[in-house]
Amino acid sequence: MTAPFAWIRPEPHGIHVAPANCWIDPSQPVANALVTHGHADHARGGHGRTIATPETLAIMELRYQTREGGLPAHYGETLRLPGDVSATFVPAGHVLGSAQIVLEHAGERVVVTGDYKRMPDPTCPPFEPVACDVFVTEATFGLPVFCHPPIEQEIAKLLAARERYPERCVLVGAYALGKAQRVIVELRRAGHHDVIWLHGAMERMCRLYEELGVPLGDLRLVTDAKKEELRGAIVICPPSALNDRWSRRLPDPITAMASGWMRVRQRARQRNVELPLVISDHADWGELTATIEEVNPQESWITHGREEALLRWCQLHQRRARALALVGYEDEDD
Amino acid sequence: MERFAALVDGLVYTRSRNGKLELIADYLRTTPDPDRGWALSALTEGLSFPAVKGSTIRNLLMERVDPVLFALSRDFVGDTAETASLLWPKPAGAVMPPPTVSEAVEALSRMTRVSVMSELPRLLDRLDPSGRHALLKLATGAMRVGVSARLAKTAFAQAFGVAVEDVEEYWHALGPPYAELFAWAADGAEPPNTGEMPLFRPFMLAHPLEDAELDLADFVAEWKWDGIRVQLVHAGGETRLYSRTGDDISHSFPEIAEALSIPAVLDGELLVRGAHQGGEAGGAASFNALQQRLGRKTVSKKMLDEYPAFVRLYDVLILEGEDLRELPWTQRRARLEALMPRLPLERFDLSATVEVGSFAELAEIRSGARDESIEGLMLKRRDSPYVAGRRTGLWYKWKRDPLLVDCVLMYAQRGNGKRSSFYSDYTFGCWDGDPDEGADLLPVGKAYFGFTDEELKQIDRYVRNHTVNRFGPVRETDRSLVFEVAFDSVHESKRHKSGLAMRFPRIHRIRWDKPAHEADRIDALRALVRD
Repeated sequence: MTAPFAWIRPEPHGIHVAPANCWIDPSQPVANALVTHGHADHARGGHGRTIATPETLAIMELRYQTREGGLPAHYGETLRLPGDVSATFVPAGHVLGSAQIVLEHAGERVVVTGDYKRMPDPTCPPFEPVACDVFVTEATFGLPVFCHPPIEQEIAKLLAARERYPERCVLVGAYALGKAQRVIVELRRAGHHDVIWLHGAMERMCRLYEELGVPLGDLRLVTDAKKEELRGAIVICPPSALNDRWSRRLPDPITAMASGWMRVRQRARQRNVELPLVISDHADWGELTATIEEVNPQESWITHGREEALLRWCQLHQRRARALALVGYEDEDD
Repeated sequence: MERFAALVDGLVYTRSRNGKLELIADYLRTTPDPDRGWALSALTEGLSFPAVKGSTIRNLLMERVDPVLFALSRDFVGDTAETASLLWPKPAGAVMPPPTVSEAVEALSRMTRVSVMSELPRLLDRLDPSGRHALLKLATGAMRVGVSARLAKTAFAQAFGVAVEDVEEYWHALGPPYAELFAWAADGAEPPNTGEMPLFRPFMLAHPLEDAELDLADFVAEWKWDGIRVQLVHAGGETRLYSRTGDDISHSFPEIAEALSIPAVLDGELLVRGAHQGGEAGGAASFNALQQRLGRKTVSKKMLDEYPAFVRLYDVLILEGEDLRELPWTQRRARLEALMPRLPLERFDLSATVEVGSFAELAEIRSGARDESIEGLMLKRRDSPYVAGRRTGLWYKWKRDPLLVDCVLMYAQRGNGKRSSFYSDYTFGCWDGDPDEGADLLPVGKAYFGFTDEELKQIDRYVRNHTVNRFGPVRETDRSLVFEVAFDSVHESKRHKSGLAMRFPRIHRIRWDKPAHEADRIDALRALVRD
């Protein structure tokens, strides 16, 4: 008998499932890839065959024009892979199409979360905890200082700033896949039905969300607006455009950013953000630790983020854990 | 406390000066006494609670949070008070409503080193993270919200439509929570009487002279001496010596305080007798000699003999009850010259003007300032009144060019606050011999400014990719990057292993192109010592 979990190995460029000859979220082109979700640090183009949810495949097609080789896996459906490995895609609650991948082989079960969160998100189905032997978790916000407030509170801050300065506009930096659409839907739920103006880089992803069944209301492009129309309006752009020349066309914008990093004052200051909105698509410290307790694995493997602190927590709670040194995962602009 | 916390957060996130002024003015107008007075004191860093230290906060957290998790969090957040405000556990059971600012100040001032450990938590339990942050900042006396005392006073003046010069003047006659100041500005009460008190008057300051050329018909030149700027005040039978920040330093220089008995407010440079600056005749010792006298509570006879102090006078603000500040510089200068014979020669002399025919001639004199070991030149408009602060177009300082030396980056430390994720504090060294024959680098200084934000990112990346050792927040690099370091002067010192210490070192240029073994040697630096 081989050592436990020897069939699944963390390598610098992804998690290798040896008997099935496939990789999870590889950062280099491989023959067979299992992809948890569409963010660029997890989903890359150029693989021979890509297994992912239909939504993730659609997102990848939009980003990399890679139609061939896509093999859709619906939530809950179990795929038989070579080498007597089975893979089941389970909702992760991170962004549209995001999935945990449940792998089973030789009586052992490993769950790879990709990125996930536990807070409700109207743009995707909620995270489903799956009991397992090895839980491969993210740790983007793996420090006890991170505690994401209810999103309603942050949306109210955004709407209050808009009320207070009717002559200005509120420019919200939000990651183009997931965060932007979630903010839009939450604004609609809070009763904001005016036009929401978009930076050009947001448009295609928003259209795709609508095609996939997430209505976003009246969206228009900033390039089509007269400056007067933008007074008192909400504009959404990728974080990189916040302090860019692009924003000069806007009427005295209030710079906001929707990100979990905004919990820390100096992170907001480093980006010249005036209105920090603590909105994240990742689990905060409380969610990360509560999820490990709920899933109750024999071992936790921590992929990326602030793994040192989460390791420490596991140690304090007598839980076996190890940090994986994967490359290529970024602290994306969440 | 919630409104004060919102003000503090607003100031953290607001970049523009006008935006900050509006936030503070709005708060001061709409907040009741004495809360607004305490808040203003906190913003001007006039509050101190000796029972609350940075270590107090750390210790409180250690009782509640795992030390390793606290350290990792502090390292990421870059600020102890903010880390504590985020990590503070939810109190069990019902809590009282948040305290007012006055309530918090009262409670904080009652705390002792012992009681703080039980009483500060009770206040923290009543607040949300933002309130806890504001409270801890207020309690430790370091707001760090990008607001200078001057800006806060300007906001006060703006809030109530009074002159900031008047605010500055009355400020030093009063103390927290400045009830009389609000009574005067907000409610039209009589201004506080300052005539018979030996009060500090805010200094008039100079702008650096950029590449402009000035007309000497309008401007007069004076030497810029390398001592400390002081104000000497005699009123109501008492004499006080104030530093630039308004600190009373009379006790460190009793011989100066004793030497003035005419009711007056004088502006000058505090120096120690010597031949280092400006030659033998009427010369002054180096700044290093003056440093021996600074910060002493009592002064020995030996000190007084070895380092005799005197004041080189620049200006007179008030003389025998007459306020001269509105007069043009030429008239004040005439009054000062007339006053000189009445002052003891041993303790006072007059800062001479530099008489030249043209600006070009002046530029030549400035370039020779290094040989005379003088800091540079001052240029003052002949018709300038004496106004508090730095008003454009009146006074300029024209420092001599800095000294330059090529050093090798040895250690980098993570910054605080805005730079908390960047390696932004650099320790650099020079070779103690020929680097090609096994010489070693010895640290000669530390600098954390002089580079742009973009360069900071580049150096940060460089440090991360060239680390050979880590010691907590410090990384040792592979000693391959050369900085051209600018500094004002260099002195013998026991602080560094090299035995040398620079004054005002800053990163002048990053020499990505220069190999480390071509950096300067200690000997080259030592040759620049002028003690």
